[in-house]
Amino acid sequence: MMSLNIRAAVLSLVFLVAALGMWEVSSEADVVAQENLTEYELLMGTNVQKARVPPPSDVIVRAWQELSDPFYDAGPNDKGIGIQLGYSLYRVLTGYLMAAMVAIPLGFLIGMSPLMYRALNPYIQVLRPISPLAWMPLALFIIKDAEASAIFVIFICSIWPMLLNTAFGVAGVRSDWVNVARTHQLSQLRTAFTVILPAAAPTILTGMRISIGIAWLVIVAAEMLVGGTGIGYYVWNEWNNLDLTSVIFSILMIGLVGMLLDLGLSALTRLIQYQE
Amino acid sequence: MKKRFLQVENLAQRFPIAGRNKSLTVFEDISFGIERGEFVCIIGHSGCGKSTIMNALSGLDAPTEGVVIMDGKEVSGPSLDRGVVFQNYSLLPWLSALDNIIFGVRARWPKWSRQKIREHSHEYLHMVGLQEVEHRKPGQLSGGMRQRVSIARAFATQPKLLLLDEPFGALDALTRGVIQDELVSICASTAQTVFMITHDVDEAILLADRILLMSNGPEAVIAEDVVVDLPRPRKRGTVINQPGYYSLRNHLLDFLVNRSEAARTATTSAAPAIINPIREASGGPLPHAVNA
Ligand SMILES: Nc1ncnc2c1ncn2[C@@H]1O[C@H](COP(=O)(O)OP(=O)(O)O)[C@@H](O)[C@H]1O
Ligand SMILES: [Mg+2]
Repeated sequence: MMSLNIRAAVLSLVFLVAALGMWEVSSEADVVAQENLTEYELLMGTNVQKARVPPPSDVIVRAWQELSDPFYDAGPNDKGIGIQLGYSLYRVLTGYLMAAMVAIPLGFLIGMSPLMYRALNPYIQVLRPISPLAWMPLALFIIKDAEASAIFVIFICSIWPMLLNTAFGVAGVRSDWVNVARTHQLSQLRTAFTVILPAAAPTILTGMRISIGIAWLVIVAAEMLVGGTGIGYYVWNEWNNLDLTSVIFSILMIGLVGMLLDLGLSALTRLIQYQE
Repeated sequence: MKKRFLQVENLAQRFPIAGRNKSLTVFEDISFGIERGEFVCIIGHSGCGKSTIMNALSGLDAPTEGVVIMDGKEVSGPSLDRGVVFQNYSLLPWLSALDNIIFGVRARWPKWSRQKIREHSHEYLHMVGLQEVEHRKPGQLSGGMRQRVSIARAFATQPKLLLLDEPFGALDALTRGVIQDELVSICASTAQTVFMITHDVDEAILLADRILLMSNGPEAVIAEDVVVDLPRPRKRGTVINQPGYYSLRNHLLDFLVNRSEAARTATTSAAPAIINPIREASGGPLPHAVNA
């Protein structure tokens, strides 16, 4: 009997081949269908507007072309996929790290002080459900810079999960461990770094993992609005060029990079995870 | 009256009852003393307030009334002079066994070099026989091993007073016996002053010089101060053959089973009656005479 992992891998492959096969066949069927249009439809130009969804074989060919030269730069509207992803990653990581630098200390404060928790909770509850893109006009007006506004939107969307998880993790540190720090006469600062931080670290990292996922979701939309560079702009640009093959290819790349970001943080989580 | 090393005077602890204008008195009028190098156990039914007394001794909680004086100074907060081994092994689960001890040693002697802290910690891990598993995290240690690390951490900081809250409560009988023996020999070689909570009568007899008997709560008091008049060194296997062992054991069990409920009303003075069941059984003076 094969191991579960091998069987799962084989099954995954079967699903992939089946899905790609069906997709390939159905896009060919589209081509055939166009030949049997009624005169009325031909008159209305339906056949022209009905651009066909490219078959996977086209997408694979395009992927090969793009990935073999990911960093070419031929003017503002023609840059390699690597450059576009690089811009998006730069914005995501900048906004995300800034959010972490605010959220983690603030979360500590809220988690350690019931007073601060009560004082700040109403603001958090109002600000948290605001769609990050709703900040965009205000950000553009105040910051007056598209690039910085995109980073601000990432900042504002990734701050909440980190803030709330840090506060929750810090407040939930077992009183036994805090008592260990107290009986060893540790200062407040030492207690925070040597007991509370490691104790709350898994919860904080869960928040960071949620945040990076949201940030990556939001950057695509933000770049569609802001334009210029980035994977979101690239998707929109290719759509305007009616190059659906590139659109599908970039969708796949967005998924792939998002997965890698998540894998990175989950590896980090495993490092600091402890068993009670 | 001569002051003892640890002097507990008229201690009371009351907690407010939620939603009512009254308070719950866990215990009151608790007075006793411990000499330097003495091993004192306290026995009482679950919930009578033993852990609450210990929190007052360690300084983690301030008592509502009364004072604890150690070495001439009033206890006003936690201190490295009072090492605590908590009921549920309070090791830090993200640190290895050795690093847990280093944590305590570094807090105690912040100026020591890294090398010296490590050597000192190693020595105490060795003392409890765990040098083989020094890199394991508490989650990968058995209950007995974890409790050994806790004890090693407490001893490594060389506190003036060691407080143990039912340290072996969660262990199986076999492991408990082995660690009890270790504790006996460590205490004998270090002359450590110990205050230990237990609900195991045999454990108390094996380890203690004196056993404080606590009445049932609420409003618990210390009803008796029982002297364990058995020669040392004591061994788990042979102590039961000592003359007087059973009269002592029966006295303790009789208290726990029959008298702990009524003891509160019977006790009037702040200082508990000192009782020596072994001498009584062998025809010594009556407890009242000892008390006078
Ligand atoms: N912080 C607290 N608030 C209210 N009641 C408490 C508190 N701590 C302990 N108690 C009460 O004090 C009593 C004694 O508890 P404890 O000292 O843990 O008992 P023991 O250790 O002897 O089993 C219990 O009835 C418990 O409910
Ligand atoms: Mg208890």
